[in-house]
Amino acid sequence: MPVNLSEEFKVRAAQICRKYPCRDAALIPLLQELQKESGYVAEEAMDALAAFLELPYSRVKAVVTFYTMFNRAPVGKYHLQVCRNISCHMAGAPGLLERLREKLAITEGETTKDGLFTLSSVECLGACGAAPVMQVNDDYFENLTMEKLDALLEDLKHGKYTSKK
Amino acid sequence: MENILLKNNVADLEAYFAQGGYKPLKKALAMKPADIIDEVKSSGLRGRGGAAFPAGLKWSFLPKDVPGPRYLVCNADESEPGTFKDRELIWKNPHALIEGMAIAAYAIGANTAYIYIRGEFAAEAEALEKAIAAARAKGFIGKNLLGSGFDLEIYTHRGAGAYICGEETALLESLEGYTGQPRLKPPFPAIKGLFGRPTVINNVETLAAVPAIIEKGGVWYASIGVGKSTGTKLFCVSGPVNKPGVYELPLGVTFDELLEKSCGGMKEGKKLKAVIPGGSSTPVLTAAEARGLKLDYESVAAAGSMLGCGAVIIIDESQCMVRLLQVLARFYHHESCGQCTPCREGCGWIEKILDRLEGGKGSFGDIDTLCSVAEGMMGRTICPLADGMAMPVISFVKKFRAEFEAHAAGRCCGNEAGGKH
Repeated sequence: MPVNLSEEFKVRAAQICRKYPCRDAALIPLLQELQKESGYVAEEAMDALAAFLELPYSRVKAVVTFYTMFNRAPVGKYHLQVCRNISCHMAGAPGLLERLREKLAITEGETTKDGLFTLSSVECLGACGAAPVMQVNDDYFENLTMEKLDALLEDLKHGKYTSKK
Repeated sequence: MENILLKNNVADLEAYFAQGGYKPLKKALAMKPADIIDEVKSSGLRGRGGAAFPAGLKWSFLPKDVPGPRYLVCNADESEPGTFKDRELIWKNPHALIEGMAIAAYAIGANTAYIYIRGEFAAEAEALEKAIAAARAKGFIGKNLLGSGFDLEIYTHRGAGAYICGEETALLESLEGYTGQPRLKPPFPAIKGLFGRPTVINNVETLAAVPAIIEKGGVWYASIGVGKSTGTKLFCVSGPVNKPGVYELPLGVTFDELLEKSCGGMKEGKKLKAVIPGGSSTPVLTAAEARGLKLDYESVAAAGSMLGCGAVIIIDESQCMVRLLQVLARFYHHESCGQCTPCREGCGWIEKILDRLEGGKGSFGDIDTLCSVAEGMMGRTICPLADGMAMPVISFVKKFRAEFEAHAAGRCCGNEAGGKH
């Protein structure tokens, strides 16, 4: 069942499309806009966007499943993404992940029952000089230690954290 | 020597302008495009994204007699593990990039330019957009640049999480709204690039060096560095050193100077075991090979590796090389776009074999199988991602075979760092 895209979205979409000579080049930015609205890209939203851009659904689905930043299911209020690549690995990322699994009682790809946290391990975030690094929603937390991680979790749990953006 | 790229207090347009910023653009707009290309050619500036292709030569490949739009694309995907220099440049000196793009766009006749920035760099993309808006307000971007009659729009475009989009043709596919699967070359982007039009794709660091080259001349730039490796380079150092970070140094600086002087040496008395000199795709060097090595394109190649994008990953004695290779294999398997069989299947098999060895269930035959799979991947795919997996495999096994054999014999190599082993 296609959902209706909001009028507000369509206005923003028209602005974004103007950056490109072909409207379909706006597919990825528009998917990002949809994800910004609801935290993930639902099947119905893919249908609606395909219709809006006059693209086959398969093209939209292929793009959504190819890129790792698109969530295909709802995620928690805080999406904890721990870098697991080489520099972060050497700086103790496996220990941080283990700590998060224990404390939150979930594993990668899962969300806590209260809907607060989703845990993911991700590939290089491009901040290797400040390893180990974790991304929470759009923000980077760098040079993490167990202590800093514990303190950050407490802040997040008690709503003491506001995005840097 | 004075930094060309990483300067302090030039992040804002006013401060950048006060230090002579955007004067090179004014100078360039009074020059013939062909003369700008010649100036960049004479500087010897080479692509800083990893391939080190001469920038001026790349610009000169665009056909002169083809009417219609052409594009300039800045590659800010920064996804090679170990690399974090473009991010630093975007924060510290965004106008050098914007001015470099304006000069490059004028030189190649592009009225539209895109900055393709990795999706995770949301804050950086926003910072760039602010800087572009500030430049537009002063007439450095937009219609009729500084009264020259030349129009230029620069747009940012965020990726969505895919290592492969740092490869220039995958980047173009992604920018057009498709999955990031590299294109067969030829045709090269200079002939048929973005939206099928002639296109130049340059790395952030490459473009940011252009204003200084126009201001002070190609000969001046070529006087920095060594041989065909001219100018300064941003080295990103990660791993157990006292001061990891981005350092701007002339090409040809020795590894020891970078490690001991810039980075303050190894952390807590740790002992250097190995160095990946140019990002995770480049062959690993032993400590002995790295010591005394000059960090320029030719010297690192002569030592059997590549300077790549200048991402220097330091590995100390406490690390297990089998485990680290397993980390890299998981990455390349995850990031293979799936288009070419040797890469799609090869990366998967390498990860499986390493999981087996690391889990104590491997055999001695696995070590040779690893190498034979890697050799079967090299040079047999559309893009270099497969080579980026194969080169670490072959070099890790060749140089640290004893650790792989210890694992095959069911023992751990005794190195426990980096979590569970």
